[in-house]
Amino acid sequence: MKRHQLTSKMFRLATGIAAGSPLLILIVLSFVLFRDAMPAFRYQGISFFTGIIWNMGNMYANNPIVKNGVQAAPGAAFGILPFIVGTIGSSIIALIIGVPIALMTAFALVYKVPPSLAKIVSPVIELLAGIPSVIYGLWGMTVVAPWVEYGLGPWLSHLGHMVPFLAAPVGTGLGLLTSGLVLAVMIIPIITSTARDLLKQVPTLPVEGALALGMTSFESVLHVAWPWAKRGIIGAVILGWGRALGETMAVLMVSGDAANYLPANLYSPISSMAAAIASMLDSALTDFSGLSVHALALIAVTLLLITMLTNLLARLLVQFGGRRVGVEV
Amino acid sequence: MINGTGSAIQAPLGDNGVRRPLRKARAIGAWSIAFAALALVVVVVIDILISVVGKGAQGLSWKVLTTQTSGISGGLENAILGTLMLILVSTIIAGPIGILGGVFMALFANSAVANVLRYITDILSGVPSIVIGYFGYTVMVVQWGWGFSMLAAGISLAVLTLPYIIRTTESSLRQVPKSYMEGALALGMTSTTALRTVLIRPALPGILTGLLLAVSIGMGETAPLIYTAGWSNFNPTFQMVKNPIGYLTYVVWTYLNEPYASAHQLAYTAAFLLILIVLILHILVRLLQRKPALQ
Repeated sequence: MKRHQLTSKMFRLATGIAAGSPLLILIVLSFVLFRDAMPAFRYQGISFFTGIIWNMGNMYANNPIVKNGVQAAPGAAFGILPFIVGTIGSSIIALIIGVPIALMTAFALVYKVPPSLAKIVSPVIELLAGIPSVIYGLWGMTVVAPWVEYGLGPWLSHLGHMVPFLAAPVGTGLGLLTSGLVLAVMIIPIITSTARDLLKQVPTLPVEGALALGMTSFESVLHVAWPWAKRGIIGAVILGWGRALGETMAVLMVSGDAANYLPANLYSPISSMAAAIASMLDSALTDFSGLSVHALALIAVTLLLITMLTNLLARLLVQFGGRRVGVEV
Repeated sequence: MINGTGSAIQAPLGDNGVRRPLRKARAIGAWSIAFAALALVVVVVIDILISVVGKGAQGLSWKVLTTQTSGISGGLENAILGTLMLILVSTIIAGPIGILGGVFMALFANSAVANVLRYITDILSGVPSIVIGYFGYTVMVVQWGWGFSMLAAGISLAVLTLPYIIRTTESSLRQVPKSYMEGALALGMTSTTALRTVLIRPALPGILTGLLLAVSIGMGETAPLIYTAGWSNFNPTFQMVKNPIGYLTYVVWTYLNEPYASAHQLAYTAAFLLILIVLILHILVRLLQRKPALQ
């Protein structure tokens, strides 16, 4: 019996350690990234976030220069504003396009699609969430980008005289709009499946009551079911936004991989913070002063903080989203 | 009965059927838009599948599956085996830790601790994969001197998939009725024995689902592998460090930018294989979920 209790205790301890491992990983991860990022921040200061030029400096120079106690190649400058703009811009476009489609899809799935059909459509949407991001990139490069280049782009650019940001040139199709479109498709399943689950939890009685009071079916959804599930759905939207902010491969493949350049119109090539880390590590390794790699760590820290904040907010909203809002049964 | 939506609620009560046709029309319009949205999503899924499957299936042959890549042509054997090895390594690491962690959160932790741990796990699952890749690169590849290697890549994937395994294990254990645990404890079992003999059986399909999802996620990842796995034209060996390893998503990403038809074909074939595996995993998950866990 004694030995039995001992193994039981040991097992409990092991599970405790395992459950604590995400915390440990996050602490080590943050520590390593901050440590790596410090030299870049000392060198560049706050202009890291406001500068437009990313230049590793003269790689053929004999001696590194020293600034604020950090060695750098002569002429090195690290500004990530274009990456920040690209990240925020493409993800906002994704939200503008993806959220209405995702919500309307969820409404249709929960209230109108017959269960036998929903049984087929729901797994299809879940499959969308499971498709690897390189395949979205492949699809974006070979299907969406040509469509933007020859179809959507020229059509939208006719509106250019009203909204200058929509004006031509459309370019190659690889850029801000295409990134936004591909990201929209990637976040739709996240939002749709959460919204669908939340809407299914809405008690039937108030919805039927609304119908009995003479509301149309859509009014009952809008005025009764929506307030009930609203916070949770907003949480899911922010969760999807966080996913779009951190997406690497798909954006890398369809963004046009631009640097040192702020988008001039909706079709401009861009890059995002995540894509920049992936595409520039190779060249950063050639920096003899090592500062470029530190600068990439600073991008990673920035991205980590942004996604942590959005995630925290989203989880809080999702967790408390199921509570009754404005409807009492 | 209903509060907080004010005037919007009163409008339909107040009118005497005058605006009814208008509101009816609006509802029909809104539902049409909803159906259009649903159709659009389905069309997009089909378009993605067609654009990949059409071209990918052409390149699929026994020879492609059993030849190693050579430059821009050849086969995918090294990439397929590499992906499988990476999944194996990451599951061996993340599987036990994840399942144990989920057990702790479902059975042993009090609700406050479980809540905090759940938040932390969720935050880890939200960390962009490229950040994990960078972390793996500076720590394992450079600092520990492992170089591009199976172990560095496998651990990066393990970090990425760990939160999913923890959460699915926890939720599938929580779905087991409390009376099972209480009955076992009343019989004098320790909670460990209760877990091993009573709880594990109904929770197992859920835990397996979590593992399969983790495999599916890990298999589709690229960003954390670019700077931890490297790439190799040769089949993986059992050398864990200082030995780069190939994987399928790398082929899709890089070979698409090569100016050769043979390279493009390989990229499409790799993409097709990835979709095929994801599809099979999803079907397995469906089958596991369909089986009633509890009588």
